[in-house]
Amino acid sequence: MARLDGKTAEEAAPSGASAGRDGGMRLTLGPVLFNWDAGAWRDFYFRMADEAPVDTVVVGEIVCSKRLPFFLDHMPSVIDRLTAAGKTVLLGSLVLVSLPRERRQMADLVEAEHLVEVNDLSCMPALAGRRHAIGPFVNVYNEATAAFLAGRGAERICLPPELPLASVRAIATALPDTVFEVFAFGKVPLAISARCYHARVHGLSKDNCRFICEQDPDGLPVSTLDGDGFLTVNGVQTLSHTCANLLGDAPALADAGVRSLRLSPQHCDMVEVARTFRDVLDGRSEAEAGSEALATLYPAVPFANGFLHGIPGASRVAGARAGGA
Amino acid sequence: MELICPAGTPAAFKVAVDAGADAVYCGFRDETNARNFPGLNFSRDELRAAITFAHERGAKVLVAINTFPRAGAVDVWHRAVDDAVALGADALILADVGLMDYVARHHPDQRLHVSVQAAAANADAIRFYVEAFGARRVVLPRVLTVPEIAVITSEIACETEAFVFGGLCVMAEGRCSLSSYATGRSPNMQGVCSPPSHVTYGEAQGKVVSRLGAFTINAFADGEPAAYPTLCKGRFATSHGAGYIFEEPASLDAATLLPSLRKAGVTAVKIEGRQRSRAYIESVVRSFRQTIAALDAGVVAEAASLTALTEGQTTTVGAYRKTWR
Repeated sequence: MARLDGKTAEEAAPSGASAGRDGGMRLTLGPVLFNWDAGAWRDFYFRMADEAPVDTVVVGEIVCSKRLPFFLDHMPSVIDRLTAAGKTVLLGSLVLVSLPRERRQMADLVEAEHLVEVNDLSCMPALAGRRHAIGPFVNVYNEATAAFLAGRGAERICLPPELPLASVRAIATALPDTVFEVFAFGKVPLAISARCYHARVHGLSKDNCRFICEQDPDGLPVSTLDGDGFLTVNGVQTLSHTCANLLGDAPALADAGVRSLRLSPQHCDMVEVARTFRDVLDGRSEAEAGSEALATLYPAVPFANGFLHGIPGASRVAGARAGGA
Repeated sequence: MELICPAGTPAAFKVAVDAGADAVYCGFRDETNARNFPGLNFSRDELRAAITFAHERGAKVLVAINTFPRAGAVDVWHRAVDDAVALGADALILADVGLMDYVARHHPDQRLHVSVQAAAANADAIRFYVEAFGARRVVLPRVLTVPEIAVITSEIACETEAFVFGGLCVMAEGRCSLSSYATGRSPNMQGVCSPPSHVTYGEAQGKVVSRLGAFTINAFADGEPAAYPTLCKGRFATSHGAGYIFEEPASLDAATLLPSLRKAGVTAVKIEGRQRSRAYIESVVRSFRQTIAALDAGVVAEAASLTALTEGQTTTVGAYRKTWR
């Protein structure tokens, strides 16, 4: 069967996606992954809009469709505030879509006027030929897949956190007109399930979960039987215990063609996290000093960048230099 | 309802065909398939012989090329596709969007199945694969209940295949980086999960301790069977206690659900286990063949217990029953 649009990926690639190409590394604030109090959620975005040096902000509940109604009321004001502050707003789609309710929610999402960040390919039929972004939960492991998606209207692609630098470079180099982003700060999403582990740990069923995940605004720590920090449970999602920190890898990423770094909200001062990244990216401080600042802002959680270096994701390669991995 | 059976070796392949498989799935001996274990899988010559053997006996051969091609080395996966087509594969089982695009453009008449690794968990996602690549069948992710499957089959224009026996992913397949977080090697990239090369056993405080990479996955008291340390089936601790946070070392056995899966419109049922022995394949395939034959004859037969063959001696029907969630 031929391509739906009858074009090759190269012909179909969007031409207007080159913003920021020469403007250095940009910053994107990813969606809040945890079940925060709705008021705190709104205030977080208001403050990010007013104070954080980020260029793009992804808004929306992407982990659990049951949480979505809590945030819906605040969405318009949050989007307005971010837009007024000059931020580009993306609406994140659910990572795992299986229920009829979830399919309806996604149908509503793609009808919205803002660009959608696709986290599951079920959004693709409705978005065919329309501008959109691809989130880190879509499997873009190679340049052929990236080219196919770009050909269908993807202007920005946040690559899967698991990808090593060599793959990032091969993909970004092949598609110079697409904005590529990598996951640079925050606990790394590792898995999604139909089963809710927060409910399971509390002996509840998913349907009657009592939104118990709200007790853990930074996720529920999971350790090994030896007491080593290992993973983090966030409802149906499992994340790393470690916190991604690619500050030291930023020059190598820029060299590989990456144009934006994603900061994933943790329960810490994300304005200062964004400022720390901005300062290092703009040469106002060294990566090492920046990492020390991050360790103060988000203490007690070790940093990791192993995925980028092709070693266990939980590991950290310190003092990474351009051309590594 | 077709019976789809695994084969990791030419000997297991013959056993599966002789025991009553309608189709056997297998892969090449490299990183292009998601069971890339030492000593398993097929050379080109072995696959040619296997296809001849199957076709002479009226069975089909499905070739799994279901990892995500490595960026910059996509041609390795293209060669696997070209060779499988040339050798006469009845269908290719694919997970990567870029690779499906390649097949649709270069081998438009080749029957294409969407791998479980593609995580097509709803009718919209399936519609995307059908419209974009002409997919003829989708292997359903193990996140759906039987009623949800019934809704999906009524809405889509392709066949469905459902896993009924063997290993059980508790996370959405193809969307899990737990293994590479601990070991640097993942199902999506290297075709392995919790690989034996990274497993060690030791003793501590009178218990057998299993580790994966740097992390303790489980500890077994004297006399307790030491299950293989698949990461998501380990014992871990949270502030609410220690135990099997994600899932016990259980495997899938949905034999009792065959009538309802058939009623739900499922085209084919699938047995997991390309890494399994000939004896295992023979018993499981024969048992399922008999159960399906009885169903076809209108007899509601009790499925024979295959518990002794399953991992860790316990089984679950997984997500097929909503209570699992």
